[in-house]
Amino acid sequence: MTNVARRRLISRVMGALTAVAAGVIILPLVVIFAFLVYQGSTALNLDFFIHLPKPVGEVGGGMANAIVGTLILIALAACLGVPVGVLGGLYLAESRDRHLPWLVRFLADVLNGVPSIVIGIFVYTLVVRPLRHFSAIAGGIALGVIMIPIVLRTTEELVRLVPASLREAGLALGVAEWKVMLRIVLTTASAGITTGVMVAVARIAGETAPLLFTAFGNRFWHHGLDQPIAALPLQIFAYAIAPYDDWHRQAWAGALVLISIVLVVSVLARLATARLARS
Amino acid sequence: MRVRLAAIVVGVALLTFGATAALAQSLMNGAGATFPYPIYSKWFDEYAKVEPGIRFNYQSIGSGGGIRQITERTVDFGATDGPMTDEQLKKAPGELLHIPTVLGAVVATYNLPGNPKLKFTPDVLADIFLGKITKWNDDRIRAVNAGASLPNQPILVVHRSDGSGTTYIWVDYLCKISPEWDKLVGRGTSVKWPVGLGGKGNEGVAGQVKNTPGALGYVELAYATTNKLPVAEIRNQAGKFVEPTIDSTTAAAASVAKTMPADFRVSLTNAPGDKAYPIASFTWLLVYRDQADAGKGRALAKFLWWASHEGQRYAADLLYAPLPAEVVKQIERKVKEITFQGKPLLASVDR
Amino acid sequence: MRALPGGLEAMAGPGLRRRARIRVSGDRVFAGVLRVVAASFVGLVLALVVTLVVAAVPAIRTFGWRFIVGTNWDPVAESFGALPFIYGTLLSSLVAMVLAVPLGIGAAIFLAELAPFWIRPPIGFLIELLAAVPSVVYGLWGIFVLAPLMRVWVQPALGASLGFLPLFQGAPYGVGMLTAGIILAIMTVPFITTVGREVLLAVPNHQREAALALGATRWETTRMAVLNYARSGLIGAVLLGLGRALGETMAVTMVIGNRPEISASLFAPGYTMASVLANEFTEATSDVYLAALVEIGLLLLIVTVVVNALARLLVWSVGGTVAKVRE
Repeated sequence: MTNVARRRLISRVMGALTAVAAGVIILPLVVIFAFLVYQGSTALNLDFFIHLPKPVGEVGGGMANAIVGTLILIALAACLGVPVGVLGGLYLAESRDRHLPWLVRFLADVLNGVPSIVIGIFVYTLVVRPLRHFSAIAGGIALGVIMIPIVLRTTEELVRLVPASLREAGLALGVAEWKVMLRIVLTTASAGITTGVMVAVARIAGETAPLLFTAFGNRFWHHGLDQPIAALPLQIFAYAIAPYDDWHRQAWAGALVLISIVLVVSVLARLATARLARS
Repeated sequence: MRVRLAAIVVGVALLTFGATAALAQSLMNGAGATFPYPIYSKWFDEYAKVEPGIRFNYQSIGSGGGIRQITERTVDFGATDGPMTDEQLKKAPGELLHIPTVLGAVVATYNLPGNPKLKFTPDVLADIFLGKITKWNDDRIRAVNAGASLPNQPILVVHRSDGSGTTYIWVDYLCKISPEWDKLVGRGTSVKWPVGLGGKGNEGVAGQVKNTPGALGYVELAYATTNKLPVAEIRNQAGKFVEPTIDSTTAAAASVAKTMPADFRVSLTNAPGDKAYPIASFTWLLVYRDQADAGKGRALAKFLWWASHEGQRYAADLLYAPLPAEVVKQIERKVKEITFQGKPLLASVDR
Repeated sequence: MRALPGGLEAMAGPGLRRRARIRVSGDRVFAGVLRVVAASFVGLVLALVVTLVVAAVPAIRTFGWRFIVGTNWDPVAESFGALPFIYGTLLSSLVAMVLAVPLGIGAAIFLAELAPFWIRPPIGFLIELLAAVPSVVYGLWGIFVLAPLMRVWVQPALGASLGFLPLFQGAPYGVGMLTAGIILAIMTVPFITTVGREVLLAVPNHQREAALALGATRWETTRMAVLNYARSGLIGAVLLGLGRALGETMAVTMVIGNRPEISASLFAPGYTMASVLANEFTEATSDVYLAALVEIGLLLLIVTVVVNALARLLVWSVGGTVAKVRE
């Protein structure tokens, strides 16, 4: 074989090998999703969505409280994560301070890499223990802390992308700088910021570890935000390690619901990002 | 756009808070042992029909968790099958009462082809958990189980990974019958296991055993039967091989019923008597003698009264043994001692 | 009061200056609010570290350095050594990296360099979706699908063929270090691939064009011009994946066997720092026990922060803010 032909062959072989690598990676996604659909759909009926869990060993019941609990926790987390993240991102993009922005950026990256269970320990020590209560609020705080770095960095990027001409136009018309930032810059970037928030939501919807010692779990409807609350990932975990077949089926169903929520939100966020990039 | 945003925020807030306010009920939070979880969850479900204004939320996180959370007062009541030690009691901010609820048995369960009915002697059991007997077809196991077909497979021991009263009962028994275990490992809700892998909760151990051929673990009787796992007979102090049943569990308590200490902390393992199952135990609810909230304290006291009387009806179906009559009388006296700011909460309830 | 810019000063009448003063103070207030939010964020992160350190002090004082090298985790005797967990975390992550790095970098190269253009968006998209799957779902699949597979097929096969190595000895539990490593690999690969792809795409085109102009094949271009240039960034991508693997909790807890022991075999059950926290945190019945667990959390925090910081440094060195927080 000539030298050129051999080199071309190697190139094609490497192309194939890397394609195989990509295929091998995607395989688990397909397999996992197939299993979820196959196992979970048998337990997915109306009961599952509107009923509470039944006592141990009894068949039936559902995860209604867990689904609602997850939604409530996300809402609470957003109350912390969105304001701090958006205002922080705005600060990073607009501020002329010297040292604080660098520190904020650095710590945001640090916080993003902290394992979520460590954040759970932090909130337990700071919120649950002194107040002597497991609570939805504690769970919301833990998830909110996880959200902040994601929203922060996305907001900073998107605010920077707003063209300077828009800002200058506002200032030239005599609008106060802070009003320019809020009304003009933030509104323009709002679509992108929303997708950043959605990405953060997709991330925290599936988090289990920090909820283990904050939200705690609840077999009934929650009775106040200062009380323990059920959450979908917690319930899935509890059912998965138990020996009851009925609970296993419900765990698959719960996982199917959870991954559907997460994937739908992720997909919407990425589609929106793609549209923004094009426009 | 601002109006729309405001509307969404108000709507979400209303939903969140409205969903909570709509339920004009009290919630009592408890946590602890997985050992009695099947009957507790049945009780809380039934009691909700008796007292619709109160819901009991119980998280089965293990006895260790129950003890910790009630000591820190992050829950209203705890549950444990390993009685608290004097040191643990001293750490609590108030006096904690142990109130027995039912009797249960900790059984050896396993996963072998054909589900043979196996017998164990105490020393064989101890040596398996010490790691000295490693194969199912070991001579010593075969000596006690003539006729059973035991495969030439390693014994995959499963124990608890979390702080567990079930563990406490099991190792308490092993300490009593094996001096080597007593010296090497000791007793507690969480010990340093010589061999085996850990499952979380009774559920986790039962799940592991169910999924793993060749596994041997210890669980509360109810967990083995609801999962159709086989249960071994164990030789008791009197030398008889006893199967864990309601009768053999009750027999184990018979010897103690008349000499029950005032604080109810007693060990039933290796009980004397022909019919007694050697690994039985009470399980307790942990409540403060002086309650912090009058309404909750009263609700708790009423529930404890119900549990030790009407609640006992449900025990047998779930394979727990009901409390002996003498113990119930003692509980009645104890529950009347639960106070709020010095005043007993249950004095007016004359049943 | 800030002076009005340039020529406006001359044109300013008294009313304009007053309105300008109010507007400027409005700006100051707003800037102050933003600064407060930013500062409280900094405070939050510092509070995290301080809280952990303070809560871990009882254990640090009791055990000192012995904590990190001690192998005895004994709640009854209140003697705690964290080495089994550190070992478990490192080993499971190592197994995960051995599997994930070739696959991840290979897929990144495929997506950035070698794949036909029409296939890049869908494949990239699917791989990003993998990163969004919650850990507990991976764990669920691990318990019911992967563990039986390991116990029935893979572990006996490995034991029969490679059993002379202490790595593959011991009873096939199904759960254990190897299973945990495989699940971790599945979970970290998407991160290595997405960040790796961004790093490769950040390599300036003139490098590729130069190589192609000299007559290199596609693969040679990739190898000589792109990979060399992007090497530190790729290492950064791998480290980011490692950072994730080190802190991963739920999926690992569900398949690792929960046994605090150091064993040479990959079939043996083990324990990681994150798993012991998940299992034992709500139940630590004594102050020293709780402080020991918090100290493990602190160690985990330090390790992941260091790895992540290193990773970002390396990735940034290739092409600006390539590593988006979206991963």
